[in-house]
Amino acid sequence: MAVSTTWVFAEAAEGKVASITLELLTKARELGGTVEAFYGGGDAEAVAETLGKYGAAKVYAADPGDSLLGAPVAAAMAAQIEGGNKPDLLLFGQTYDGRDVAGRLSAKLDKPALTNGIDVSADGDKVTVENAIFGGNTLVKTSFAGDGPFIALFRPKSFAAEEGGGASAEVVKVDVPDTGLAGQTKVLDRHVEEHTGPKLDEAEVVVSGGRGLGSAEKYDMIEQLAKLLKGAPGASRAIVDAGWVPYAYQVGQTGKVVKPNVYIAAGISGATQHLVGMKGAKNIIAINKDKDAPIFSVADLGVVGDVHKVVPKLIEALQARS
Amino acid sequence: MNVVVCAKQIPDPAAPGELDPTTKTLKREGKLILDDSDAYGVEMGLQLADKAGGGEVTLISMAPNNEVSGLRTALAMGAAKAILVSDPALQGSDSLATAKVLAAAIKRAEPDLVLTATESTDGYTGVLPAQLAELLGWPSITFAKHIEVADGKAKVQRQTEEGYDEVEAPLPAIVSVTAGVVEPRYPSFKGIMAAKNKPVDEVKVADLGVAGDAVGWGGARQEIVDVSPAEERKAGEIVEDEGDAHERIVQFLEQLKVI
Repeated sequence: MAVSTTWVFAEAAEGKVASITLELLTKARELGGTVEAFYGGGDAEAVAETLGKYGAAKVYAADPGDSLLGAPVAAAMAAQIEGGNKPDLLLFGQTYDGRDVAGRLSAKLDKPALTNGIDVSADGDKVTVENAIFGGNTLVKTSFAGDGPFIALFRPKSFAAEEGGGASAEVVKVDVPDTGLAGQTKVLDRHVEEHTGPKLDEAEVVVSGGRGLGSAEKYDMIEQLAKLLKGAPGASRAIVDAGWVPYAYQVGQTGKVVKPNVYIAAGISGATQHLVGMKGAKNIIAINKDKDAPIFSVADLGVVGDVHKVVPKLIEALQARS
Repeated sequence: MNVVVCAKQIPDPAAPGELDPTTKTLKREGKLILDDSDAYGVEMGLQLADKAGGGEVTLISMAPNNEVSGLRTALAMGAAKAILVSDPALQGSDSLATAKVLAAAIKRAEPDLVLTATESTDGYTGVLPAQLAELLGWPSITFAKHIEVADGKAKVQRQTEEGYDEVEAPLPAIVSVTAGVVEPRYPSFKGIMAAKNKPVDEVKVADLGVAGDAVGWGGARQEIVDVSPAEERKAGEIVEDEGDAHERIVQFLEQLKVI
């Protein structure tokens, strides 16, 4: 007997369900059994149709009010579980809110959480999560020992999202228990940063810059190249740490996982940390002056050269075509 | 204001990692260094204590052996002291067990604020700050890109998918900081000399009142069942730039029908 009930922590922004949630629902369907979603927000009706289409029969909705999701949603989940409405497995995205809710639930229920999963399988009662470590060159499978519910978090883009053709999910509103001090976070304001062009993790083309650019001003050429290719600009951790670009640009283990059609790494040596985030790209082009840079070991086209010479010429050539 | 910074000592990430063939966990013997991600918390803590006009930064760390070289780096930056939970029983601990140990040590220190990284560079589970906060019953704000403390509250800009949220929480609270929240200082020579004499209080799991079966292999309640090499991505064509490599890139993009 496989997993009988799986819960997926559902995330959405302004009524639009996050792609990680659709990916997890698709995978949950594959595991068999009942698939249900657990949502933190007051607008569950707005997301119920999409959640249903991807396989959720029900969506439990806990309204955190103006608090961050972590404490109230974990408390609402725990209250359901302790009340006997108990899934065998809970799937979370390795996202900002996914980590907060899963971490708190793990502590609350005193159950381990397996993180950074890229795959999951169930064989009888045994649930196994697969991870990629050392920049993705080694795969590790870990099984839960002990009793469930099992808590697992998955990196975005680990699974394809496919509709299952289900009807709208039934909305079941659940109470948020008193979380005391833990729940006393208050979101005062939300800032949406304007983006032109596609989102980093959805773009067909990603152009990333690294320390090889030499200075923050040179990042302009990365943005220019990305724009010419209708792609999104990204960055290595080194230049995010250096403060050249915001954290939101970071591709890697810490940061975004991207799987574009084309990934261009300019002035990036290819530290393990970075490779994890981009190795899944269909085609990789690397430009770096050090011929021994690890980035070349994963590149389909590697250019050993100076980014300050190659990239401006590339930009010029592309501009001449358009 | 007293700040605790959770600091992890890790094997040098520049060196290739290796798994212990028996335990199938990361080899972490030998010299350990301060996780780069934790330098931001140390710096933030020092700046907040300074701005508050008093108080100090205490480091809390956990290790299966009594390695301190990473902690000395943070002490050289300006942290006042460290509590190192060092116990062979900790080997194999997962993030929840780590959170239980750190929570117990934090209770001893009675800080106003606890800072952590968003995740460690070697284990990168990324759930520890939330686990820690839940065990302490405190509010937590993760992924901070800016922190201010005033009137007994932490006011934080928290990274989101779309931009950032402004969030506040009463103290004591846990805040995890992203890289780039502040620019970590380099330890000065004076700082390095002073660090040698700063107190590092070594404690055992039992000293903290944490049950022995909650930590280590048994406490993790998980089993590594397989380790295998991933399919290698093959290196492709390499060209040396002689002034015309951009043409090859254009050609490649044409083949892929991107342009």
